[in-house]
Amino acid sequence: MTKPAKKQIHLAAHFPGVNNTTVWSDPASASHIEFESFRLFAQSAERGLFDFLFLAEGLRLREQGGKIYDLDVMGRPDNVSILQAMAAVTSHVGLAGTVNSTFNEPLDVARKLASLDYLSGGRAAWNVVTSWDEFTGENFRRGGYLPKEKRYLRAKEMLDVAKQLWDTDGGEFDIHTDQFDITGRFPVPRSPQGHPVIIQAGDSEEGREFAASSADAIFTRHGEKQAGIEFYADVKGRLAKFGRREEDLKILPAATFVLGDTEDEAAENARQVQFQQISPATAIAFAEQVWNRDLSDVDPDGPVPSFDPVTENDVDSGQHFSRGRASVRQYRDPVATAQEWRELGEAKGWSLREVVIAKNGRHTFVGTPQRVADTIDDFVQSNASDGFVLVPHITPGGMDPFVDQVVPLLQEKGSFRTSYEGTTLRENLGLSPVRVLSQS
Amino acid sequence: MTFHLAVALNDTGWHPAAPPGDVLEPDFWVSQIQEAERGLATLVTLEDGFARPGLDSVLIALRAGPVTSHIGLVPTVVATHTEPFHVSTQIATLDWVTSGRAGERIKVSADPAEAALFGRRDPASETREGLFEEAADHVEVQRRLWDSWEDDAEIRDAATNRFVDRDKLHYIDFVGSHFAVRGPSITPRPPQGQPIVTALAHVDTAYRLAARCADLVFTTPDGVGRDGPTGDAATTLRGVRSAEAEIGRVGASGATGGGQQPTQVLGDLVVFLDDDATAASTRWTRLDGERTLRSDADVFAGTVEQLATKLEGWAAAGLDGARLRPAVADHDLPRIARDLAPELARRGLTRTAYEADTLRGLLGLEKPADRYAGVQ
Repeated sequence: MTKPAKKQIHLAAHFPGVNNTTVWSDPASASHIEFESFRLFAQSAERGLFDFLFLAEGLRLREQGGKIYDLDVMGRPDNVSILQAMAAVTSHVGLAGTVNSTFNEPLDVARKLASLDYLSGGRAAWNVVTSWDEFTGENFRRGGYLPKEKRYLRAKEMLDVAKQLWDTDGGEFDIHTDQFDITGRFPVPRSPQGHPVIIQAGDSEEGREFAASSADAIFTRHGEKQAGIEFYADVKGRLAKFGRREEDLKILPAATFVLGDTEDEAAENARQVQFQQISPATAIAFAEQVWNRDLSDVDPDGPVPSFDPVTENDVDSGQHFSRGRASVRQYRDPVATAQEWRELGEAKGWSLREVVIAKNGRHTFVGTPQRVADTIDDFVQSNASDGFVLVPHITPGGMDPFVDQVVPLLQEKGSFRTSYEGTTLRENLGLSPVRVLSQS
Repeated sequence: MTFHLAVALNDTGWHPAAPPGDVLEPDFWVSQIQEAERGLATLVTLEDGFARPGLDSVLIALRAGPVTSHIGLVPTVVATHTEPFHVSTQIATLDWVTSGRAGERIKVSADPAEAALFGRRDPASETREGLFEEAADHVEVQRRLWDSWEDDAEIRDAATNRFVDRDKLHYIDFVGSHFAVRGPSITPRPPQGQPIVTALAHVDTAYRLAARCADLVFTTPDGVGRDGPTGDAATTLRGVRSAEAEIGRVGASGATGGGQQPTQVLGDLVVFLDDDATAASTRWTRLDGERTLRSDADVFAGTVEQLATKLEGWAAAGLDGARLRPAVADHDLPRIARDLAPELARRGLTRTAYEADTLRGLLGLEKPADRYAGVQ
């Protein structure tokens, strides 16, 4: 390798999930379920030499006010299944998906991920998430069986057990933990990557420690440089005590982008996308997530409501007005959030919808391709992250402008690959090979 | 009516002494499935089970989906240890990826070793009847979930900002003795509406399961089941039909509408195919010298012409097709695809070209109406 010593950027492409990011009314916005969309999206990411593509998961349709939420793109395939199909039409791009630890069993998940790893030539990645809610549990055998306080325990044990299963190399195991009592022979030998790449999301103290001990990549929401630098230093600083190198955990914030030929044009494009993403009805729906009650009689083009949110039946109760949406959890103190929104609206003379757009519709990177490339490179070179997970607002072609216009500029800077370095995702992410812990 | 040629894939073959191969490589599976497609087979099944070494068969089917064009893909699903919600979306995803070529073979597991891999159930406390009941419920949940989005639920109505018409999304509210599932699915209704459900049956309990929930049943004419000999082709067919009569056949392809059709019945057969019958028998004997083949299905060793004649007999007895299990995949699968298939077509038994793009289409089945259409 004759690469310069400059730190390399890692990029992931997030196939848009079930939320208001996707501007489904745009004529360029195609099916979210037909395979052609997944094929085009995956091939676009691979053309751009992205490390991997990513799919989030939701195992129950979201509800608001007791009714299925109908304003956003919805309907999605089974994650590991669609990743496997995309393996057939790509050759290098990594294939990452969320698989829930609460409503799955380790033998099944470990076998599926090992199969995906074999059937993709070493490109599998697993974002381990946890949930406990009875709402989602209503679709599964055991319902809402898992006490809230055990959800992280289960996720941690699920991952530990999966690693033990992979490390048997198709051999015997006998595992007894709080959550699992399993014994037998794991049906798949050690897969090309040893372990699929492990991804963790979440900024909590527990999440940081979990990632530092057990994950290969961490998804964050730190789109601001200074916050990113602090998070990066904190998490990377935890690796040594687990015997890991700084390169062994990649920190990847989620990011959106809107391009334009000039800064003004980009800003105008971003404004239009924001207003498409947050329609008047969507603005009300966002406000209902904070107010925890029906706001259908509120005018989205009028001021932020003067009354306080409903504080009983909070999100942890499972009885919140909005159910099955992760975003509600960011409003830990809805009364304070409502006050903050009111003050912003009064200070700026903004309507409720404009406040919602300001709070929820901001795009991470807005500018000319050169400006966006400069910003991304500065962010990574300043150790605010190792790269980004990019979410386009059009499916399936939304990554194309970035691939065609920004990637070449990152390559010119010497910060991004001009061809894939390896054949496995682990190699392309620059991770250490998996160390197999010996079985007792 | 087309006599259906189906191929059952099982690692490197159904004989336990079949030489090993690269069963962990995608190309191994893709080339076998493409070979079956070359023989214009209606479908290919993939064996599976958690206690059996090898890769997940649903994922093998998904890997092959984008690189095949007509053949039905039927992986195996163990009802006993899986979530019906997950299986439903996995098979629906296979159907979306293949534009309507998905099926599944549902099976139960009474194997204590398999149960120990999950550690959730005590096999000693389970009855065979109970496991079959649960499998029927499992399929019922999958079918309801497939119908839980009406075909035209996605409306993208810019005027009202609505992506879907939620009146066309349906809770399934299934409550059974093993699980309750609320719905709707997270996955829109697959292209076939209802992917094809199949089952292998040797005994009455399994015939009843097939009658309740399957579109297609594989029997073992002149084979051996748990209760002893299964009888000839006509006998197995009678077994299926009497089970259908017994349960009133309302289960398959939707509880309403198309469910009254009888199951299609394909006979299973392990095959050794060679240019002369002696070579085939010798090959069988030689492999049995290494490890003995024990088979639930009858074993045929002979020539393409002899096999074609035997299958003509099955067709005359009323079977809808045959699912052939190549004894040694490398050797017998190409003979099935390149020699037997044209011979069957020449005799007017099987198709000469694919006449449809979906598995339902190949089986002559219409897309069923959605059971929830019009229900508020």
